[in-house]
Amino acid sequence: MRREAPRSAADFLPIALPAAVLGVFFLIPFGIMLAVSFFKRVQGGFYEPDFVLDNYARFLSAFFGGVLGFSVLLAGLVSLVAVAIALPFTHRLARMRPRAQVAWLVGLLSVLSLSEVIIGFAWSTLLSKTAGVTNLLVFAGIIEESFSLSPSFGAVLTAMVYQAFPYSVLVLYPALVRLDPSLDEAARTLGASPLRAFFTVVLPALRRTIVATLILVFVFALGSYLIPQMLGRPQHWTISVLVTDQAIYQSNMPFAAAMAVFLMLACLALIALAGLVGREREAIR
Amino acid sequence: MTDLTLQNVTKSFGHVKAVDGVDLTVPGGTFVCLLGPSGCGKTTLLRMIAGLEDPTEGRIRLGEEDLTAVPAHRRGFGMVFQSLALFPHLTVAENIGYPLRIRGRPKAEVRRRAEDLLDLVQLSGYGDRSVARLSGGQRQRVAIARALAFEPRLFLLDEPLSALDAKLREAMQVELRQLQRRLGITTIVVTHDQREAMTMADMVVVMSGGRIRQADVPSRVYRHPADAFVADFIGSSNLVEAVAAPGGLKVPGGTIPGLSCPGGRCTLSIRPEDLTLTLGEAHIRGTVTFVRDLGATVETFVDAEGVTLVSAAQPSDRPAVEPGAAVGLTVDVAKAVVLP
Repeated sequence: MRREAPRSAADFLPIALPAAVLGVFFLIPFGIMLAVSFFKRVQGGFYEPDFVLDNYARFLSAFFGGVLGFSVLLAGLVSLVAVAIALPFTHRLARMRPRAQVAWLVGLLSVLSLSEVIIGFAWSTLLSKTAGVTNLLVFAGIIEESFSLSPSFGAVLTAMVYQAFPYSVLVLYPALVRLDPSLDEAARTLGASPLRAFFTVVLPALRRTIVATLILVFVFALGSYLIPQMLGRPQHWTISVLVTDQAIYQSNMPFAAAMAVFLMLACLALIALAGLVGREREAIR
Repeated sequence: MTDLTLQNVTKSFGHVKAVDGVDLTVPGGTFVCLLGPSGCGKTTLLRMIAGLEDPTEGRIRLGEEDLTAVPAHRRGFGMVFQSLALFPHLTVAENIGYPLRIRGRPKAEVRRRAEDLLDLVQLSGYGDRSVARLSGGQRQRVAIARALAFEPRLFLLDEPLSALDAKLREAMQVELRQLQRRLGITTIVVTHDQREAMTMADMVVVMSGGRIRQADVPSRVYRHPADAFVADFIGSSNLVEAVAAPGGLKVPGGTIPGLSCPGGRCTLSIRPEDLTLTLGEAHIRGTVTFVRDLGATVETFVDAEGVTLVSAAQPSDRPAVEPGAAVGLTVDVAKAVVLP
């Protein structure tokens, strides 16, 4: 394995293609979108080149600010819940027999192959009045009549956590497999109960991985726009839903572009903040 | 001082018995080494004493108290792990103070105790360092200090010195032994290095195949091995098949007078230093195949009727011979051990 930084043209070759694809299919469209976000909308038409801040000004209203706040809150909650479930699960998984680990990981990967649409429809059926899980409670004699659990905030949250869970496990897994099992055992011999050892040693030792997973799932959840529409009420719609609505149904490209740009900036700011907090705590050490 | 008593302790993993019916009493205040090749069950036995594995059968007692079902965190035994298991997110002092913080002791006391322990392991002033910035020997000392911080009833170490280089390891062996003497704490160390065991222990417990082969003071284990396995594992030994013959024991290359086999056939264990190389009259005759000059001692490999025997002597005490020379070997009969 060579360790020097790439120098000659041949060294850069392996990264040339990905860089070109990223440039052509991400940076250029993003540049166009950024430009469009300052364009002027033409009523009944499309837009014309200009430099106006109207689109951003409109966005700074209470309504859109509220939606942005809700989107960030929802994504944050999804990432917290998903990681909180995935962490103990993966901790156990990493200590299983190799064959069992492979079976679980393949199962989780197959969940990733499901599209958002299928996940949304599956959950709307599961939470419905006619075929939903409440029928089991009726069957068990706990309640009188089945009822629908969607559309609701809980339904949106549940489906999004379901979608985010495999990602969380796959990101946490390598770190948990590498984690020295004697850390936990040492804490126990030193007087910590298994639960206490998990919270005072295992969790802090994995701090960086956990923050990385939270950020990944957060960004992933922020882009979700089908599940909030399928399982939520209009007040549960995220900014991504509004972007789609403005771009496709209202034909207001400049405003949709402005929202997308703003969403991305908010996202980057939050990630930078998380990184900064992580580094500061590191500096105290 | 309370004794640790193991009674028929057994651990099975599926069909494999990692530890098979171990009975052992560790007197309070002593330093015991569990010694054996890898896979002999010594680490599993230590983990059962620590409470990290449950015995399949048997009982573990400390004094009158039955600990068999007591979880690790309630046993109050300090343990040093092979990987050391220092907590990467804590500083040196926080690592050492961890067992006290878990026990809810006041902050000032935790800090003071950590500093005392740092003095004890000669790391004064290292308290605020990150454990990642310590050398191997320093990490070792931190792990030892942390395991001793809460004044444990038993001090357990699993191959604690295996990550250190040879020189530092020898220095730490002496240091660990002196520390144990000063604190008077009952200590059990797992090791596969017989020199390490001989250096430190009051009692060496030689294990193989999940069973105890011999448990005794180091000099007796060395001088009077219980069987061929112990003789071979503790130091090097010439193990020779012997048959009773008129006037002594018939071995490859000659006859050794003054020894007898109870059953007619036996194995003779002769330490290399008890086998003298000579050019004159001797018990065994053979041909030199290899000379290994280690500086302080010289080992001469002698082929006697297809069996290789090793003689060790100081350079001045042996005749200068080259491979191919015909030589004789004299056995120090008083020190040879007859094994069944």
